[in-house]
Amino acid sequence: MKLDRIRNFSIVAHIDHGKSTLADRILEVTETLTEREMREQVLDSMELERERGITIKAQAVRVAWKGHQLNLIDTPGHVDFTYEVSRALQACEGALLLVDAAQGIQAQTLANAYLALENDLEIVPIVNKIDLPQADPDAVAAELADLIAEDASRVLRISAKTGDGVADILDAVVERISPPEGDPDGPARALVFDSSYDQYRGVVAFVRVVDGRFHTRENLRAMAAGTRFEAEELGFFSPVRSPTDTLEAGEVGYVVTGLKDVSRLRVGDTLTSARQGAAKPLPGYKDVKPTVFAGLYPTDSDDYPELRDALEKLKLNDASLFYEPETSQALGFGFRCGFLGLLHMEIVRERLEREFDLDLLVTAPNVAYRVYTQSEEEIEVHSPADMPREFERVEEPYIRATTIVPKEYVGSVMELNNDRRGRFDHMEYLSEERVMLSYDLPLAEIVYDYYDQLKSRTKGYASFDYDVVGFEEGKLVRVDILLAGDPVDALSLIVHRDGAYARGRALVDRLREEIPRQMFDVPVQAAIGSRVIARETIKARRKDVLAKCYGGDVTRKRKLLERQKKGKKRMKQVGSVEVPQEAFLAVLNLEGDKR
Amino acid sequence: MSAGRVRHLYVHLPFCASRCGYCDFVTLVGREGEHGRYVDAVLAELELERGRLADEVETVFVGGGTPTFTEPAELRRLLEALPAAEEVTVEANPETVTPELAALLRDAGVTRVSLGAQSFEPRLLDVLDRRARPEDVRRAFYHLRDAKFDNINLDLIYGIPGQEPSDLERDLDEALALGPEHLSCYELEAKPGTRFTHAHGEELARQAESMEGYFELVVDTLTEAGYRWYETANFCREGLRARHNLAYWLGRDYLGLGIGAVSTVGGLRWRNLPALPRYVSALAGGEAPPRELEPLAAATQTQERLMLGLRLDDPLPLEQVEAALDLSALARLEGLGLVERQGDGLLLTRRGRFLGGGVTVELLAEIPANNYN
Repeated sequence: MKLDRIRNFSIVAHIDHGKSTLADRILEVTETLTEREMREQVLDSMELERERGITIKAQAVRVAWKGHQLNLIDTPGHVDFTYEVSRALQACEGALLLVDAAQGIQAQTLANAYLALENDLEIVPIVNKIDLPQADPDAVAAELADLIAEDASRVLRISAKTGDGVADILDAVVERISPPEGDPDGPARALVFDSSYDQYRGVVAFVRVVDGRFHTRENLRAMAAGTRFEAEELGFFSPVRSPTDTLEAGEVGYVVTGLKDVSRLRVGDTLTSARQGAAKPLPGYKDVKPTVFAGLYPTDSDDYPELRDALEKLKLNDASLFYEPETSQALGFGFRCGFLGLLHMEIVRERLEREFDLDLLVTAPNVAYRVYTQSEEEIEVHSPADMPREFERVEEPYIRATTIVPKEYVGSVMELNNDRRGRFDHMEYLSEERVMLSYDLPLAEIVYDYYDQLKSRTKGYASFDYDVVGFEEGKLVRVDILLAGDPVDALSLIVHRDGAYARGRALVDRLREEIPRQMFDVPVQAAIGSRVIARETIKARRKDVLAKCYGGDVTRKRKLLERQKKGKKRMKQVGSVEVPQEAFLAVLNLEGDKR
Repeated sequence: MSAGRVRHLYVHLPFCASRCGYCDFVTLVGREGEHGRYVDAVLAELELERGRLADEVETVFVGGGTPTFTEPAELRRLLEALPAAEEVTVEANPETVTPELAALLRDAGVTRVSLGAQSFEPRLLDVLDRRARPEDVRRAFYHLRDAKFDNINLDLIYGIPGQEPSDLERDLDEALALGPEHLSCYELEAKPGTRFTHAHGEELARQAESMEGYFELVVDTLTEAGYRWYETANFCREGLRARHNLAYWLGRDYLGLGIGAVSTVGGLRWRNLPALPRYVSALAGGEAPPRELEPLAAATQTQERLMLGLRLDDPLPLEQVEAALDLSALARLEGLGLVERQGDGLLLTRRGRFLGGGVTVELLAEIPANNYN
């Protein structure tokens, strides 16, 4: 296909603003599938998936419209995958910016819209759900026009649900979005903008060919990772897998690589021919590093092998997931896991619990710290337990946080951000009613109970997004929790000096409530180094007997003891103290974000 | 007739004048017209099981319910039909004890009466739904003494919602003033989900901390008064332990008759189901009543031996329970001063006895599920 007949675009939208409905409608309007076929074919392919366990997902769909080839590229829908989103956007020349006519612009819309603008994409603004009774298309269109500095008349108004206006969108894609640029005859280069893992065929890369031409069975090379493989199959989705012999400059499609490890072909890498390939990779490759860390432990220590297998499987599809074995004397064997952000963590945790049926204990999430020792050696610390007790200085990651709220909540958000060591950057009225606030905040501050606070202080009206922008020195200390003199590794914290006392006090109080009394006095302490900052004592029990134990009904008494014994088995031993799982959960909940 | 081996017999008489809120035994209120048929059924069950009993039965215990609420003629018929034994105990509620009843018991061969006093404080008796007043307890006690009963037990309950330490002290004083041979002192158990817990749970939770010392107060007061603290909740004048209950605590076989009654004979335990009509109709037709069977694995029996044996103040022979013991826990608990070895026996220390439940749980090696279940 000639370059000027191709258009590559994606849809940028906040969750529930109608992205997938619009995508479905585009398939129908372009007759890529008739309504009947859509049902049948999609079903067929799902059955195939079931039979063979194929998990190839359609990350890019090719449709035909008035003599043009349009490639609709899907973007990961959330904030933690900013880099992945940026790669997907780099594969496009334009983006549909879809906003709900009733809800208006959200922080996530904004973040992705800026990303699209940064990637020099042509933005086609669209107001969706104009059929809703509470829709206010004029106001939302004005917001949108303002955001991207376009004339409001250029904002399309549609209903993806009814199909109204969808054809206009496709016309606008052809008219407004420029065709891809590239050298059809140059050495082949393609951008990997996503990948997935198929248990039979290995890693499947989703690519946008920039220059030249790729052939099936050709030997290829990933330029950043240095990985070599044979292109076992090339093709595109329409929306079912359609193998082709070649993929050419400007086109979007998939490459079946046969690789058994997603980490050998990362998003952002450049593919080229193994022989006489390109000299320079495409710009913009970044090795994404996890920013948020937490310990994951099976509630039942017998489930450790299952957790390990589950993480291995998840990692196949999620190159950004990081994990390494970790042993906690309190929680047993588990893993220290790294995530791109809180949402990523939440997703991984949910998948582990839902798809793999695991019961997990998750420690309070923390960020990655750069610790400089007295000898100016730099250590990256992913767990409070690894934080040296003596050091020269510490740096912590900072974010640029964008919050959009109705104007009456601006004060509350400012107050929250100030409490969280935030630095005001700027403020902007998106409309008469809605304000965008930009702050710099330590990432660690949003990891701890931020979303809940934001939600309750703005009655749920705030939308929030962030981007990690760098590291800064912080006055941080390590707080240890001790039970009967023994530190509980899983409960150590790194906190700002000013907050240390309050956090330590809260933890100690909570533990005193949650840990049942033992057969001896148990002091509970919070300490910075050898300095105790909070202390409580769990007094020894004075009695613990099954009162009635006569009559012949011995079985019932025995069962009571058996139940008590089972309860004990679920306790974790910290030194000489027995701590029920629930106590850890309660404390970790206190620590974690309570979304 | 081939004599069996069981030397301990329990008989359950479920009838009560009213139900006390805290009680979780199998009881039936009123049903005066049914007492005769029930006694018939119990005696039929006795005949059915007689082969299990030894020629010489050591103890008989008639419990309830309120055995002395049973119509006197029926109670007499039952008692006279039961095998003679060295110790025959009947439970009685104070308000039911008249001179006539005391004489009836005496004449029917009863040697020991267990009187459900529970408290001497009217306000607390009301909380427990008890009908008897303090003076009823004293009057009943004197009637029994007049009938020449020289082995009387008083049941006391402590930890009653609203009970102050001074209330408990007074209850103990009142009980001691009567000079019973035996005292059973139980902490009130508020079972979750019961009407009682619903009504008093909050109060109990509020009082939990202040009531923690009540058990110690009971033990201190009674041992100072010269009673032997021979079982977690039981105190006696020297030589007058409750022999029937002791049989349970020592892991002996026993036969139980009546609804809800439990028997354990040679590694098999069964419990008669609590429904009265089915019990009566089965036995009227010459059939065994409906029962729940529980075969006891050897390991389970050893665990029970440990669990019950540690409640006593006599050392528990180690060899009998070794298989069920977690030896590292034993060492740890010895270190904490909660358990001690005496010769070849195992014994809880004074503090260990106050924490007996938790200590036993620790001492028990990993509990395998009862293999037969």
